[in-house]
Amino acid sequence: MRMASTKITDYQEYIRSKHSFGILLFLILVIVSLASLCLGSYSLSLGEILSALTGNGDASSSLVVWNMRLPRIAAATIAGLSLAVAGAVMQCVLRNPLASPFTVGISHGAAFGAAFAIIELGAGELHRTGEGIIITNPYLIPLFAFFGALIGVFVILLLSKLRDLSPEAMILAGVAMASLFSAATMLMQYFAEDVKVAAVVFWTFGDIGRATWGEIRLMAIAVIPALAYFFYRRWDYNALLSGDETAISLGIDPQRIRLESMLLASFVTAICVSFLGIIGFIGLISPHIVRLVVGGDYRFLIPLSTLLGSLFLLSADTVGRVIIAPIVIPVGIVTAFMGAPVFIYLLIRGNGR
Amino acid sequence: MTQNMRWKMTQKMRITQNQKMMLVKDLSFSYNSKEVLKKISFEVKEGEMVFIIGPNGSGKSTLLKCLNGILKGKGAVYIGEMDVRRLSKREIAKIVGYVPQRCEVNHLTVFDTILLGRRPHIGWNIEQRDIEMVKKVIRLLNLENLSFRRLTQLSGGELQMVTIARALAQEPKILLLDEPTNNLDLKNQIEVMRILGEIARKEGISVITAMHDLNLASLYADRIIMLKDSRIIAMGGTEILTTENIERVYDVRVSILQHEGKPLILPA
Repeated sequence: MRMASTKITDYQEYIRSKHSFGILLFLILVIVSLASLCLGSYSLSLGEILSALTGNGDASSSLVVWNMRLPRIAAATIAGLSLAVAGAVMQCVLRNPLASPFTVGISHGAAFGAAFAIIELGAGELHRTGEGIIITNPYLIPLFAFFGALIGVFVILLLSKLRDLSPEAMILAGVAMASLFSAATMLMQYFAEDVKVAAVVFWTFGDIGRATWGEIRLMAIAVIPALAYFFYRRWDYNALLSGDETAISLGIDPQRIRLESMLLASFVTAICVSFLGIIGFIGLISPHIVRLVVGGDYRFLIPLSTLLGSLFLLSADTVGRVIIAPIVIPVGIVTAFMGAPVFIYLLIRGNGR
Repeated sequence: MTQNMRWKMTQKMRITQNQKMMLVKDLSFSYNSKEVLKKISFEVKEGEMVFIIGPNGSGKSTLLKCLNGILKGKGAVYIGEMDVRRLSKREIAKIVGYVPQRCEVNHLTVFDTILLGRRPHIGWNIEQRDIEMVKKVIRLLNLENLSFRRLTQLSGGELQMVTIARALAQEPKILLLDEPTNNLDLKNQIEVMRILGEIARKEGISVITAMHDLNLASLYADRIIMLKDSRIIAMGGTEILTTENIERVYDVRVSILQHEGKPLILPA
């Protein structure tokens, strides 16, 4: 009995262990960021990087640090956390361990919207001069990406309202949605000018390198309020895990939270997709790995998934940059190689959350 | 006079006044076109133990869900002076706790699950008071050894106890329980009913329980509501548990023995 009651006082201890996992993740993220800053085809010494960071470097090292490596690190961090938190929240509100922006087709919807803006509305072109995509209107693409994502969300919410739709069936519906969006995108490409087609094809490889500081700022502005909302709802997500009736009896409106959460999750996904292209699996696997370590408590799952998502995407991007340098492998391809085996493992394990 | 003493005195006065806690008037509910509840009316006093009994599908669970606004029926449900339909879900949750028939399993720990009962009372974050409340409930229901287990690692009975604990942590004035003793062994059945009876008496919480076990109900009931085919067949103290009434409700013949002053209902 005495031992048992000391167990309850261990609550602070129990909370502290979760915090220390967060601190560990954060430290690793800092280390990987530093590594990412030092690694690359243009070799720079630590001293050169430091002087570039403090504004004392020569022109070329400053250019590499400030215009190439730092934006990549910032973009990977923000996109990683956005996709991971979107996945964590979707897994809860759709009551589906396999849910993520990528697996339910929202990413593809966003890509379709972006392609529509590029091809039909002339929002961007890719030229062979190596300048990358020329964006004629920086707001049009995210806007249409969001509309595309909304179509995906609408279908998924409709499906999730149907009773007895198994998690696997919902993911299959997501696959169907994804191929439908891809087909629609291809149809547009078939009739489009080649510079625009090139721009869209370029899009479908998720790539961190194309983000500029302006776009990174936009991504940050979009994701911060969404993160605040998700974190505010952490208790409600926990309640939803016990079923809708229990949630209502605890004063929560499940329908409203489901709708708001899905809209915000698709919004942050759409922002990432429209700037960086489709990046799969980050949103699916980050929450699962956090769950394995700290359990299903959304108070910790939300902040820790964001850290792990950033860490994954940044690591994947760094690997893609250095593995066959000077050629840079788009990060979407790296995450697919990383994430697909984990996804299959989760399917084999069944619905184990 | 200290705050605490004054609080206790007002509490005592309120209980002796036997205030009306809940009033249900002409409550009807239909799933699609099938009427599940037909013009149900009753009232519940402070600190009263009310048992709703009736065969499967007689509308017990639906009735409970209408009382806290999970389902919206026709007719009126008042909590104290307030119409349930005018209250927000959160306002209801501060007053009414609910234990569903089946609880879904997840990876939360027992402690965190019970802490969820504090959800209606907390803003941005929990306070020490919330933690203390959870600890108190854990001690009350003897769940100390399970505190940091995940729900997936619990037996059906343990899960049931945790769900009851969560509802108690809500500090409700009214507690709705849907067949709370279903998964419990004999000891825990008696233990749960004893604790519920005690908090009803001491803290003036009204406990409304849907139940199958007539003997357990007759031991603890202040009032019994017998439901059949969506209607109230009989309502009153344990004296309404007559062979005639039970046969009407369940279509089963029983004999009622008196054992040490308590009725014992057996199939005839």
